[in-house]
Amino acid sequence: MQDEPTPEELIKAVADFLRAEIAPQISGHLAFKLRVSINALDLVTRQFAQAQAGDAAEAARLTGLLDMQGTLGELNRALARRIAEGNADLQTPGLADHLWQTTMDKLAVDQPNYAAYKRELEKKGE
Amino acid sequence: MEALLARCVMSRFSGATGVIDAVRLSGGASQETWSFDIVYPARNIGAILRRAPQGYGAAPARAAGLNVEAVLMQHAYEAGVPSPRVLHVLHPQDELGTGFIMERVEGETIPRKILRDDEFAEARPKLARQLGQVLAIVHGLDLLQLPALRRMTAGREIAELEQDYRSFNWPRPVFELALRWLRDNDPGPSREVTLVHGDFRHGNLIIGPHGIRAVLDWELAHSGDPMEDLGWICVNSWRFGEIDKPVGGFGTREELFAGYETAGRSVYPERVRFWEVMGTLRWGVMCCGMMQRFRAGPEHSIERAMIGRRASETEIDLLRLLAPRHHALNMSR
Repeated sequence: MQDEPTPEELIKAVADFLRAEIAPQISGHLAFKLRVSINALDLVTRQFAQAQAGDAAEAARLTGLLDMQGTLGELNRALARRIAEGNADLQTPGLADHLWQTTMDKLAVDQPNYAAYKRELEKKGE
Repeated sequence: MEALLARCVMSRFSGATGVIDAVRLSGGASQETWSFDIVYPARNIGAILRRAPQGYGAAPARAAGLNVEAVLMQHAYEAGVPSPRVLHVLHPQDELGTGFIMERVEGETIPRKILRDDEFAEARPKLARQLGQVLAIVHGLDLLQLPALRRMTAGREIAELEQDYRSFNWPRPVFELALRWLRDNDPGPSREVTLVHGDFRHGNLIIGPHGIRAVLDWELAHSGDPMEDLGWICVNSWRFGEIDKPVGGFGTREELFAGYETAGRSVYPERVRFWEVMGTLRWGVMCCGMMQRFRAGPEHSIERAMIGRRASETEIDLLRLLAPRHHALNMSR
């Protein structure tokens, strides 16, 4: 077992340091690259926090949809093949909800400020 | 570089005595853009060089080629498209590679500034209609007068996107769904085949306080369905957060279509929608391609890596287009 602090804590500390101490000191193209780099670290922090639960739920949905067992990669490959071959589509029960849920979970990690994502989050139940 | 440019302008432009302020604006794997001023005794003229230096990587197969770009820009300029004047097409004796020199047009290309800054407040409500009018001129150019162009159809575009997507070997059920939808909804050959700009969107349009000043970057120009250009500029990725204004984040489809129709051209909204879906998938596939290039190196570019993580933006956009939902999911797992 590796010791503390955790990777999450270390990456967040580096991102916070770059944001608070370094970003104000530089300008121009390097400042742009720094902003992108900080965004990357923030993304990794979100992925550490969220991916495990999201992946587990995705795998469970896929297992049910496809009626097969496998790794998340294998299950996604199988679903992709079924859609490509016309054996699954938006009429397939559960498919649209699965794709929506999976995509929302990806955006929550990749780009939580993306306007279309925020709009979909705002949609409350009927 | 400045010395080579100076030699070139002194031999090609009568009265020019040299160049100053040469700076490289951007560079890709296959071409570079330089900005500089041509020095004349009376006053200097701002200029842009777009070139592929000798020994540079081959241009992508889709690229029209810089010489073709120069000819297209010249034709567009003469037909009344806001466009920089082409000043010189490079000769081998210039020793600058292949490419051309054009006038530098002042204005803004950065989307967030165009969509938010006060300077463009007057331009924004006019832009969608203006762009419709500009596209009508582009599509009205006589193909017979233009250099030979790659002929694209919806079917060919779907096949190319599918090939690119499969080469990544990374399963994306939403992209599969989009590919199926595109095949099932292919509107068939268009009634009219015209010049298509191919990349008519933010970044390739110079905007001033009164609206569009120049159309740039004809690299992806081809012949095909004119509705492709109208669909591409409606792709959500080019709205930069202003998602309720489908045309570039500044206007409505109705305004775009109205501008297009004032020039006597017809709009086929269903085809436009088809090309919007295609364009959304295309940008998604391009994001994945950036990730591939990041991995392949040698430039270990964090920007490219992060663009790879924007492919999911196009997945939510595709779902909003193809499987819109009216209320939230049960978010419990």
